[in-house]
Amino acid sequence: MSIAVALILIVLGSIVFHFLSPWEMTPLASNWGSIDDTMVITFIITGIVFIAINLFIAFAVIKYKHDEKRKADYEPENKKLEVGLTVVTSIGIVAMLAPGLVVYSDFIEVPEKADVVEVVGQQWSWSFRFPGEDNQMGKSGVEHISIDNPFGIDPLDPAGQDDRLIQSNRLILPIGKPVKVLMRSKDVLHDFYVPQFRVKMDMVPGTVSYVWFTPTKLGEFEILCAEFCGVGHFNMRGYVEVKERNEYEQWLNQQPTFADALAKNNSEELSVLAQSGKELAQMNGCLSCHDFTDNPIGPTWKGLFGKTQTLVGGEHVVVDEAYLKESILEPSAKIVRGYAPIMPAVVLDDLAIDAVIAYIKEKGNQGTIDGQDKPLSGAELVQSKGCTACHSQDGSKMLGPTWQGLYGSTRELASGQCVKVTDEYLKESIFQPNAKLVAGFPAVMPPPVVSEEEALAIIEYLKTL
Amino acid sequence: MEDEVEQDMHEPNSFWTKYVWSQDHKVIAIQYSVIAILVGIVALVLSGLMRLQLGFPGHFDFIDPSAYYQFVTMHGMIMVIYLLTAIFLGGFGNYLIPLMVGARDMVFPFVNMLSVWFYLLAVLILMASFFVPGGPTGAGWTLYPPQAILPGTPGSDWGIILMLVSLAVFIVAATMGGLNYVTTVLQARTRGMTLMRMPLTVWGIFTATILALLAFPALFVSAVMMLFDKTLGTSFFMPAIISMGQQLDYEGGSPILFQHLFWFFGHPEVYIVALPAFGIVSDLISIHARKNIFGYRMMVWAIVIIGVMSFVVWAHHMYVSGMNPIFGYFFATTTLIIAVPTAIKVYNWVLTLWRGNIRLNVPMLFALGFVSTFTIGGLTGLFLGNVVVDLPLSDTYFVVAHFHMVMGVSPILVVFGGIYHWYPKMSGRMLNDTLGKLHFWGTFLGTYAIYFPMHYLGVLGVPRRYFAYENYDFIPDSAKDLNALISVMAIFVGLMQLIFIFNLVWSLFKGKKASDNPWEATSLEWQTETTPPGHGNWGKELPICHRWAYDYGVPGYAQDYLPQNFSAESGEKT
Repeated sequence: MSIAVALILIVLGSIVFHFLSPWEMTPLASNWGSIDDTMVITFIITGIVFIAINLFIAFAVIKYKHDEKRKADYEPENKKLEVGLTVVTSIGIVAMLAPGLVVYSDFIEVPEKADVVEVVGQQWSWSFRFPGEDNQMGKSGVEHISIDNPFGIDPLDPAGQDDRLIQSNRLILPIGKPVKVLMRSKDVLHDFYVPQFRVKMDMVPGTVSYVWFTPTKLGEFEILCAEFCGVGHFNMRGYVEVKERNEYEQWLNQQPTFADALAKNNSEELSVLAQSGKELAQMNGCLSCHDFTDNPIGPTWKGLFGKTQTLVGGEHVVVDEAYLKESILEPSAKIVRGYAPIMPAVVLDDLAIDAVIAYIKEKGNQGTIDGQDKPLSGAELVQSKGCTACHSQDGSKMLGPTWQGLYGSTRELASGQCVKVTDEYLKESIFQPNAKLVAGFPAVMPPPVVSEEEALAIIEYLKTL
Repeated sequence: MEDEVEQDMHEPNSFWTKYVWSQDHKVIAIQYSVIAILVGIVALVLSGLMRLQLGFPGHFDFIDPSAYYQFVTMHGMIMVIYLLTAIFLGGFGNYLIPLMVGARDMVFPFVNMLSVWFYLLAVLILMASFFVPGGPTGAGWTLYPPQAILPGTPGSDWGIILMLVSLAVFIVAATMGGLNYVTTVLQARTRGMTLMRMPLTVWGIFTATILALLAFPALFVSAVMMLFDKTLGTSFFMPAIISMGQQLDYEGGSPILFQHLFWFFGHPEVYIVALPAFGIVSDLISIHARKNIFGYRMMVWAIVIIGVMSFVVWAHHMYVSGMNPIFGYFFATTTLIIAVPTAIKVYNWVLTLWRGNIRLNVPMLFALGFVSTFTIGGLTGLFLGNVVVDLPLSDTYFVVAHFHMVMGVSPILVVFGGIYHWYPKMSGRMLNDTLGKLHFWGTFLGTYAIYFPMHYLGVLGVPRRYFAYENYDFIPDSAKDLNALISVMAIFVGLMQLIFIFNLVWSLFKGKKASDNPWEATSLEWQTETTPPGHGNWGKELPICHRWAYDYGVPGYAQDYLPQNFSAESGEKT
C-alpha cells in the first residue's frame, strides 16, 4: 500500500518540481528556438505517459491488493487492447520524431550566406581562425604545426596568408548573421559547446566537423568543452562575445594575419642558450600548456620572470631562477593560485633547465623591454581579466561590489569591521579576494592572474571611476 | 528417453570439486554472483568518492582531477560489465536456465566452470590496475582514443593496457558462458517445455546472451586494435596528431571508427543488461500479483524485436561525434521505433496488475520500483534518441541521469528483487523481510532523489565529466546546492546497501527456513524435490512440462496456481 502512496507522491512531486525548480533551459541566444520547441513537445508527451503509468500502478495496487478469498482474473491476452495501445504509442512517437527530423534538416543544412570561422581545440585551450579577405581558409595539417605555426597552416597555400589568427580563448562574433563553425582538433577529441547556442559538436583530430547558428543576443557567453579530453577537461574555458557588426569588424581587422605572425616570429632575437631552451620546451611539451599569450592553460610565460605570483596557499613568490627550477622539477611544490595541479614533473638536467629559463626570460620579457607589446592599460586589463563580469563601473549591482565611487569610500566588512578603500586594501583584495570581504557579497571571486604592475594599473584605473 | 536408463550423476564428493572447481551450474552461479557483488561494492565506493568531490569540491585533498577521472572510469566500467552483465548472465542465467527449462545442468559443464574462472581472472587484472604505476585508466568508461592512450589522461601507460586486457579476458569468459546458455535453452529443455512455454526470465536471458555473443566481438576487436595502437604503434584509431606539443608517429587512423565499434557493442550491451531484467521482472510481477502475465506472446516478440533492433541504433550515441550528420535521420528513426516494443512491455507489466491479487512482498516492491524507474529512463531516452533534442542535452547531466535510471537503477532493482525472490531456493532460507523492506525504501526513494533532479541540471546545460564547476557563469549557485544534496543522497543509498549485504550473510545462517515453493510459483525451479536442489537438480526423473508458466487463478481449479509440471488428468478439478 505504501508503494501506491509513494508513487502518487512521486508523480505530484515531479510535477511541482518541474514547474517550480530554478533549473531550466539556459536562456537562448541563438536561432535554435526550434530545438527548444522539440524539447518542450517531448516533455509534454513523455510527461503524460510518466504520470499515467505511475498512477495506474498506484491505482491497481490499491484496488487489487491481496485477499485470500479472491482469485485474480484469468486473461492471457486481449488483442484489441494490445493493438490499440501499439497504435496510440506509435502516434506519440511520430509526434515527437517528425518535428525533430524537420528541425534536424535545418541543422545540417548551412545557409549559403553564412560567415565561416574555424575553432581549433587542443589540450586544454581554444584558438580561432577567420578566413580573411579572400574568404578562404588556407589548408592546414598536423605536419605543419610548430611553435611558429600553431595553427598548422600550410605556408605555401596562398589562401592561408591572409587568414586572421586568434591565439586566445576569446572569440567575437557579429550578431544576427549565420555563422558556420568549422572544427578541428590538434590532439584528442574535444567538443565546442556554448549552452546558450544549444548546438554542439565534437572536434575530431584528422577530420573537420561543423555546426552553424545565428547569434541573436549581444553579450558574452562561455565556451565549454563537452567531450572528455583528459585531466584538464573541466577547465578548458573560452568565451564568445556577440557584438554589433562594426565592432566585430574593427576587432577582426586588428587581429594578426598568418603572414604577420610568420614575419613576427622570424624577427624574434634569442641567444643561443635561449634558442636551445625553445627547442627543449617544444620537445618536452611545455608549450602545450605554457606560452606567451594572455591566458594559456598554465601560468603565462609572458612577463613571467621577475613577476610576483600568488600561490594557492595565499603567500607570494617572486619568480626567479630558483623558483622556475623547482617548478620544473617538482611542479606541485608551489602552485600558482587559480591553476590546477596537473603538470607532470619534467626530467631535465641543469644545463637544459638553464636553457629553458633563458628562453622564458628572453622571450617572455622581450615585449616589455623593446616596447613592441606595450602593457595593457587598467581599463583594458579589467576587461581581459574578466573583472567586469562581476564588478560594474556604473553603480549597478552585480555579483561583486560596483567600482563606481569605490576608491576612498568606507565599507563595512562581513566581519563587522569598517575599512577605508585605499591602494593597500585594493591590492590585498585583488590578490586575496576573500581576506576582507564586503558585507553582503559572496566569497566567490577567484584571484585573477595578474602581475604586480598590472594590479597597480588596475588600481589607478579604479581611482578614476 | 533420457530418463529411461539409470543415470550416473557424477556427484562431486570433495570440498574442492563441490565448491571451488565445481561444474554444477548452481555453484557456478553463486560464484559468479559473489564475485560480481564484491566488485560491485568497489564500484559503489568509487561512486561515493566521486560524489564527495562533486558535492563538496575542495574539501577532499586526496581527490585531485586524475583520481576523480579514475574513479569515474572504473565505476562505470565495473558497474556495466563486471557487475551487471556478469550477474545477469553468469549469475541468474546460470542458476535459472537449467532449473527453469527442466535440465540437469548446462550442456557443457566444464566450459561453464572455465567461464567463471576466466571472469575472476578478468576481475583480478582489472583490480591490479589500482596498484600499477600511474593507477587505473581515467579515460572514461567509453575509453575513446586518442586520449585513452596518450599522456594527459591518467593511467595512459599501464592502466589502459590492463583495462583492455581485462576486457578481452572477460569476453572470453562471457563467450564460454554464453554458448552454454544458448545451447542449453535450445537443446536441453525437458519434455513439453516448448519455446513458447518458457518463463520470460529464460526468454530475456536467452535473447540477451545471443546479443552478447554477437556484440562482444566488436568490443574484443576494438580492445585488441587499441592495444596494438598503444603498444605496437599501429594507427587503427590514431590520426596524425600532436600530443603535449610533440608530433606523434601515428597517421591515418580514425577515432570515430573506434566509436562505431564501441557502440556497436555498447548499445546491445544496454539490452544485454535490460532484457534479463525485463524477463525477471515479468515473472516477479506475475507471481506476486497471482495473475498470468498479460500478453505473453507479445512479450516474447517484444524481447526478440528489441534484441534485433538493438543492433541498428548504435550511432544514436554519436549524434555529436562528428560523423556524417546524414546518419542522424536513420538512427533517430530506428531509435524511436524501438520505443514501441519497449512501451508495450511496460503496458503489459502494469496490465498484469489489473484485476490481480497483489501481494506486496519484497521482490514485488522491487519489481514495481523497477517499472517506475524504467519508465523514467525509457522516456528520457526519447529525448536523447531524437537527434535534434539530443544536441543540447548530449554530454550533459541529462545523459548521466538517463542512463543511470535506465541501466543502473532499474536493472539493479531487478537484481535485488531477483535475489530476494530466488534466495530461498538457492540457500534454503528466507531473507529477512523487515530488512528487505528497509533496503527497498532506502534504495528506491534515494535513487529517485538522486536522479530525478539530476535531469534538470542537464536541461540547464551542465556538462558531465567535469571535476569541478567553479566560475562558470551560466551555472547558478543553486545548482551547486543541488549537487551537494545529490551527493548526500548518493552516500545514503550507498550505506543502505550495507543492510542488503548484512541480510545476505545473516539470513544464510539465521534466516527463516524456506519451504520448497514459498511464493507459490508455477515455474519448474520451485518444483524440485529438495531445496536447495541437489546435484542434477531433479530426482531420478526429469519433470514433464504440461503448461506455460503463468497459470495463476485459472478458472475451474480450487488452487490459486498450477505448476508447469501439473497435468490436468492428475489434478483435482472442481
